[in-house]
Formats: sequence, C-alpha cells, structure tokens
Amino acid sequence: MTQCAFAPWNDPEEKPLIQFRNVSKRFGDFTAIDDLTQDIFEKEFFALLGPSGCGKTTMMRMLAGFDAPTEGQILIAGQDMARVPPNKRAVNMMFQSYALFPHLTVWDNIAFGLKREGKDSETINARVDEMLRLTRLAKFAKRKPHQISGGQRQRVALARSLAKAPKLLLLDEPLGALDKKLRQDTQFELMDIQEKTGTTFVIVTHDQEEAMTVASRVAVMDEGRIVQVATPDQIYEAPNSVYVADFIGDVNIISGRAKTQGDKVAVLWAEAQPDILGTTSKSFSDGQEIHFAIRPEKVGISPDEPADAQNKIQGKVLDIAYLGNISTYHVELPTGHIIKAQTANTRRIARRQITWEDPVWLSWTDTAGVLLER
Amino acid sequence: MRRLTLIAVPYLWLIALFLIPFAIVLKISLSDVALARPPYMPQLDITGGWVAIREFFAALDFENFWFLTTDDLYWKAYLSSLQIALLSTVLTLLVGYPIAYAMARAAPEWRPTLLMLVILPFWTSFLIRVYAWMGILSNEGLLNQFLLWLGVISEPLTILNTNTAVYIGIVYTYLPFMILPIYSALERMDDSLLEAAEDLGCSRLSAFWLVTIPLSKNGIIAGCFLVFIPTIGEFVIPSLLGGSETLMIGKVLWEEFFSNRDWPVASAVAVILLLILVIPIILFQRNEQKQREAEG
Ligand SMILES: Nc1ncnc2c1ncn2[C@@H]1O[C@H](COP(=O)(O)OP(=O)(O)O)[C@@H](O)[C@H]1O
Ligand SMILES: [Mg+2]
Repeated sequence: MTQCAFAPWNDPEEKPLIQFRNVSKRFGDFTAIDDLTQDIFEKEFFALLGPSGCGKTTMMRMLAGFDAPTEGQILIAGQDMARVPPNKRAVNMMFQSYALFPHLTVWDNIAFGLKREGKDSETINARVDEMLRLTRLAKFAKRKPHQISGGQRQRVALARSLAKAPKLLLLDEPLGALDKKLRQDTQFELMDIQEKTGTTFVIVTHDQEEAMTVASRVAVMDEGRIVQVATPDQIYEAPNSVYVADFIGDVNIISGRAKTQGDKVAVLWAEAQPDILGTTSKSFSDGQEIHFAIRPEKVGISPDEPADAQNKIQGKVLDIAYLGNISTYHVELPTGHIIKAQTANTRRIARRQITWEDPVWLSWTDTAGVLLER
Repeated sequence: MRRLTLIAVPYLWLIALFLIPFAIVLKISLSDVALARPPYMPQLDITGGWVAIREFFAALDFENFWFLTTDDLYWKAYLSSLQIALLSTVLTLLVGYPIAYAMARAAPEWRPTLLMLVILPFWTSFLIRVYAWMGILSNEGLLNQFLLWLGVISEPLTILNTNTAVYIGIVYTYLPFMILPIYSALERMDDSLLEAAEDLGCSRLSAFWLVTIPLSKNGIIAGCFLVFIPTIGEFVIPSLLGGSETLMIGKVLWEEFFSNRDWPVASAVAVILLLILVIPIILFQRNEQKQREAEG
C-alpha cells in the first residue's frame, strides 16, 4: 500500500504545507476553534471528522480566507496568510451549500474560475470538458443549477473547485448528497485525482467510512479541538480516548479499575466476573479508572467454552442483526452489560448454530482491545 | 363552478375598472367638441331605436387623432415625457441601487426598520410632500439658505420651476418603487455565492459585477418599469415643480381637459398615451413571468 510509504508527518525534515499555530476562533464569547496547532503536509488527504458544530467548517473557512483567526497564525507554504485575501490564495473550496451561481449554466459555473485567470478559450473549453467528463455531467452542461438534482449539483460544485487545479483543495462534506454507489465511485475518483495532480486535500466529512477510505490521516474533532490525528488504521486500532473509539466504528466499552499484573494490566470491572486482561504501552497505577475498548469483530462467539482464550465471559444472546455479509450478536452478560460480537457469515443462514436466547461464550486475546484512561 | 368564480373575479375587476372606462374615453376621443354638458357630441340615445344608434356611430370619426399630428406640441410633449421618464428612471436606479444594497447588507435585525423607513413617506399625502419640495427648492428655500450659509454659493440657485426640480421630485417620489424590488432580489441572495466568486479568483468588485448585479437583474428591471410607467403620464410633479420649459404629456392632457374643456382632444391624447404604455407594461409582465418560471 502507498500509505505505508507516504508518511511525511514522521519526517522531521519535511516542511508542512499548512501550519495552524495556536489558532483560536471566537464568535462573540463562543469559542468555535480552541487553541489548535496542526500541520498538514503536501499531497496529504487530510480528513476532518467530528460531530456537527465541532468547528470543521470554521477551520476550512479560515484556510480559504473567509474568516480570520481570532488568535494564532495560519501559514500556507510557510507564508503567513493573515493579510492574503481569498482570491489571492492558491486554495479552492467546495462549499457545503455548493454555492453554485444560479444565473449561470453548469458549464459556465465550472468555467468561472478559469475565466478569471484570463486563460484562452481553447484551454478553458478543454479543461471544462475534462471536468464534465470526470464528474459525468456532460449531458447537463447547458442546464442551470435549478434544473438538475441535488447529487448533480454537488458534482458541479466539485468540478468547479477542481477546475483550477489548486495546490490545496478544501472539500466541505463533498459527497453527502450522493447515493452510496456514486459516493464510492467519487471517493476513488478523488483519490485518483489526488494521485495524478498531487493536490493536497482537506476534506470534511461526518461519514467515518468515507474518512477511512480516502484519507492519509484522519483528525477527530470535538468542540473546537482536535482529539486525535492518525492514519485511518491507527485511529481505528489504537484510539487514544473513548470519544475517538466511540466515534469511529462500533465499539464495546467496559469501565473498571486498573491492576498491574506483570507486563499486563487487568481491568477489574465487576464482582464475580473474571478480570479483563489487556496489554498496553501506557502505564496505569493500581486502582486508577480505566476503560477497555474492543471492536465487535475482535470478539469471538461460540456455543462451547473456548479452551485457550485469555479472556472469556459467558452471556446470553439478546439480539442478532443480520447484515448479509456479517452478523452482529448482542450478548447480555449477567452483570447487565451488553457486548457486541461480529462474525462473518461464511455459512448459509439456515446452518447458523447460534440463535436467540442461547447461552454463549465470548472470548478475545489480550491484544485484541485497547486500554484507555479517558 | 368555484373555479369559474375564481377566474371571473379578476376579469370582472378588469372589465369594470379598465375596459369600461377605456371604452368611454375612446368614445369621447372619437366625438366632436360641443358647448354642452357634457361638452361633446354625439350622445347615445337608445330610446331612438336602431336609426339613432346608426346615426350615433356615423358621427364618430378620427378627427381628433388627426388633429394631434397637425400641432407639433403633442408629439413633442410625448417625446419629452419619454425622455424625462427615461432619464429619471436611470437617476432613480443610480440612487436606489446603493440604498437597496446597503439595506440588504445591513444586520438582519435592522432590516425591518430600514424597510419601514423606505415605506414611511407613503403615510403622508403625496401632494403635501411635493409642496414640501417647493419649500425646499424655492429661491428662499431651505436648500438655498443652507448652501448660502455654507458659502458654496453667493446667490440663490434657481431650481424650482426647472426640469431639475422635476427630476428631483420624480426621483424622490418613485424611489421606494425602485428600492423595494431590488432589495427583495438582493436580500434573497446567498452570501456564500460572493465567497465562492472570491474563492475562484474574483476581486470584491468583479464579484459584484459578475454575481450581485446579474442576480439582482430581475429586481432592477421590475424597479425600472415601476418607475418608468407612471412617470410618463406624471402630471402633479411637472405642474407643481416644473416651469414653462417642462413639457410633459400629463400636463398637456390636464390643460386640454380643464383649461380648454376640449374633452375629445384630451381623450385622444390619453388613448395614444395608453398605447405607448402598453408596450412597457407587456414587457414588464413578461419579465415577471420569466422570473416566476425561473424560480418555479
Ligand atoms: N458566523 C458565526 N457566528 C456565530 N457562530 C458561528 C458562526 N459560524 C459558526 N459558528 C458556530 O461555530 C460552531 C462551529 O461551526 P462549524 O464550523 O460550522 O461546525 P461544523 O463542524 O458542523 O462544520 C457552531 O457551534 C456554530 O454555531
Ligand atoms: Mg459544517
């Protein structure tokens, strides 16, 4: 995979393309961005992920130049952007509301930025046609924005922001209005464009699957702060907090007290239940509050007691969610906790051996989950 | 049945308040002036039966329209009215657009107040407001006193009873009709469009030309028609603020009607005026319809 090789954030020699330095943005006495420091490197596909209202759009608007930081500095290619107006930045933004010009046709919308550059009409024609092909809009070139569907409008907005081949492209929830198939196609298209053009992308999304698919790094935000920045697999496998673990994908959380046992840490979570054993590089003091997080697909489920599992708990099947390729079992423990376990449906449904109300065993290895302080 | 009543209401309205009066005026314009009451003939007398009606129609002719072409006062008055209406429309646009723009850009909580201020003059009589302008513009008026006090001028300017006063009066009176449609177009405009334009390389000024102006186009057109159409036939403003040089068809019409008591010629002037106005009214309707289709 290319992702393994591409890791400029690990290279101290590498100069970041974008630098947020202690940036805060306040609207009145409301803090939308709170003392944020973050580097984004050239050719990155940087995804901002977070609940609605956490400040993603505000970050984008500061990069595009529509809002100025209340405090701190934003540097692009080493240059302080404080005095640079939006039209002088080699940055294009795709707006969450699309912001298509209603009086112009699809074609003219896409050509708008190119015309401002004073390119000759042949270059403009070729470029617009290329964008129309890319976004599969050729048939609609002559239409006005109000004559096309929501998904098509979104593609026009995408095409318009791509047309100028900017150094930095900001995409604010670019694919939200597309149906699943087209969204996946467009995601790969974006990655392809990124590979071909070397454009740096900052993409806002609230779809974690999308972030995982396209991003070189994912930043999870909460209330104006970045909680964790890491590659998609690290974010998924090694979240640094319950918030991140919970935000990305499905997770089981069990809270308890820590107890060091050799090189492992035990979680004392319920009386009359075996402690949960986990490995961690962090150090916990005995008695400290600790959260154990484990993904459903890492929890094994079986009707019989597994022989050699480091962690095993007995429970009763409460519910089964059949999703076609996988099934999620909701298992109730005697303590009242509900644990989700996921298995791939390699067999036909009629031959499944576990069903509702069955007593089952849940098991996992001591490296399957992560131990979190908060 | 209900549909029929719904359709019938506006048509009845149109027939009662437009078509019937127009038919009466048209009939008078085809009559001859007479020293009688009403001062024209023939009069239709249905009691005389079929013969009387035939005689009545035989007596109607286009003499008055022919008369309008023999005296160049009339076509000069029409032309001058068009010219004054055109120039005042442009002036009203130049004054009204920035006001509408500022209103649409103002903080949302201020907008109802500003809108109120624009409409406020309608609460006092139009005639009183024009008289107030006479007070402002006359030789000893407020404006001259103020300018003398400032020392900008050493003797009073003659503004009242000139075309300048007419333009001031028209721009003042019709300004709300220009501001309101432009404001409503600008207010609906999404600010992110300007940001998008800047993002794509426009300066503030070119974003204004390429986005704001085209998007307020329908408001501009509507405002211009709303000023232009009534201004052509304007009579109060030129007769109170204008001078002898001010030639407007509304004034001519008034004089024919009340000073000369020549109702047939006055009616002919009115019929021609209406024909001239029909063209911009149709264009205006078409603009409104196109706008509705674009939004629909
Ligand atoms: N112009 C503004 N004035 C006041 N508050 C704002 C403004 N823009 C954004 N906010 C607030 O800042 C917070 C972050 O907004 P935003 O960046 O749009 O969130 P999101 O992550 O959903 O894109 C929200 O609570 C929003 O209400
Ligand atoms: Mg947003």
